[in-house]
Amino acid sequence: METLKSEYSHIKGWGIDNVSDDEPNYPIKTYTGDDHDRIRWKRPTLQRETVEILKSTERPTNSAVIGTTNPPRGLSGMIRRYAFKHSENEFKHWLPLLFADRIDVVEGIIEDLVHLKVPRLIKERGWYALAKHAPGLLARKIGVRLAVLVVGVGSLKLARR
Amino acid sequence: MLAMNYRGPFRVRVDEKPRPKIEHPEDAIVKVLRSCICGSDLHIYHGMVPDTRVGTTFGHEFVGVVEEIGSEVTKLKVGDKVIVPFNISCGKCAFCKQELYGNCHESNSQATAVGGIFGYSHTAGGFDGGQAEYARVPYANVGPTIIPDGMDLDDAVLLTDVVPTGYQAAEMGGIKLGDTVVVFGAGPIGIMAAKCAWLFGAGRVIVIDNLDYRLEFAKNYSQCEAYNYEEIGDPVEFIKKTTDWLGADVCIDAVGCEAGGHGMQTITGRKLMMQAGSATALQWAINGVKKGGIVSIVGVYGPTGNLVPIGNVVNKGITIRANQAAVKRLLPRLIEHVQAGRLNPKGLITHRVPLESVAEAYRIFSEHLDNCIKTVLIPPSVRT
Repeated sequence: METLKSEYSHIKGWGIDNVSDDEPNYPIKTYTGDDHDRIRWKRPTLQRETVEILKSTERPTNSAVIGTTNPPRGLSGMIRRYAFKHSENEFKHWLPLLFADRIDVVEGIIEDLVHLKVPRLIKERGWYALAKHAPGLLARKIGVRLAVLVVGVGSLKLARR
Repeated sequence: MLAMNYRGPFRVRVDEKPRPKIEHPEDAIVKVLRSCICGSDLHIYHGMVPDTRVGTTFGHEFVGVVEEIGSEVTKLKVGDKVIVPFNISCGKCAFCKQELYGNCHESNSQATAVGGIFGYSHTAGGFDGGQAEYARVPYANVGPTIIPDGMDLDDAVLLTDVVPTGYQAAEMGGIKLGDTVVVFGAGPIGIMAAKCAWLFGAGRVIVIDNLDYRLEFAKNYSQCEAYNYEEIGDPVEFIKKTTDWLGADVCIDAVGCEAGGHGMQTITGRKLMMQAGSATALQWAINGVKKGGIVSIVGVYGPTGNLVPIGNVVNKGITIRANQAAVKRLLPRLIEHVQAGRLNPKGLITHRVPLESVAEAYRIFSEHLDNCIKTVLIPPSVRT
């Protein structure tokens, strides 16, 4: 150890946290056996449910504290409720959630418009930073979007004929 | 109050939102002094984490001053400046009692595989984060730690996640004196993991990434070797060659689900989302570690599944250790390291940005522009 220490003397604190018999390592480092009491620990005060909380099917009750932001809404909320009928073990849980997230984006735009707020897409996408630091990349992104638009419009026109 | 507001993949803005309220007797309301954008925030920014709802305020790395406390809060008082660990933990469940503070069972109703995390989707509990002027901090008796006198706020804010996660990545590697440690990913966590590997007595530390500016930063900050995987050929073969053909003693995955470098993983994981992100770094770690070696994972992956060479894990007798960092467990030791000058967290910060410019800040970090390593957001009330 001492020889190695001098070899690494240029690195402040080298080896200071080395424990030669570092077993068992984290995460069972401080095993107490408390988990053998299963879920019978003394629970914290339970938070009142003031908004709809979607609970995993893999637990019997809500956790003692709950996040109350952005409760499920609209069509995306209906999809989320469906997802939460299935366990975390199932793709039927996760894939609908990803789909709901995309629907939620559209609902967010509608919500903005209803509140007479026009989303500033260029600003929100951080394109001012792209213009400043990577104008070439920005040009490429705009080019790809224009190309997709042109192909889309062209395909529609062809389909109508 | 002003708060970051997620509007969809690659779209964020700052809006006026209602100031958070005490909702549970163990809550505190914290006025945010500094918050950071974390590499794992990019996964939700990119829309890769299921149940990331429009309207969410991100930000699981923040420090602040206690403004209000609930009736059961006994360990903090109004005016205390606190480090707020990114994980929300009750301190009473079986997991918290075993110091598994990242696995609390009383902070997330919506998924059992992960405890509550500030501003990290409803899959992590549906709590708003600290990229705002104020934040609700549940279980204020447990997680928040008073910032020691004289500690720079920029150091303190990096103790909420980056330093503990990097440190635990090295710790879980079970590093023996003289071990060769390979870290995949030269983001803030990878750089910190490489730095901390020395504290555990590593003999050689190698960082692998594809961004030259980050590799250069890692080389200087972490005093390690750094290689660009686009220049060394197959990275696993490179690791074998450079370790006398046996493989590294310890490999650390500090990348997670948005890794590049492997076409098949990128297409199936990132483009088509047929797996929970691209597991390239994990694949390289498993294949690059020696037989009987240890792979430590702190990179974030989605909840579904990933393509990794599990057969090689069996055949090589590899131990895999992984977890969200138990920040509260590690803070006392890490504060000592910072105060003794063994770790210099604020040296990672390259960008200090007003909260109002959050959209530009995310884009800069996401696209690796302007040599960005770590961004700190500063609310307007703190600047005046």
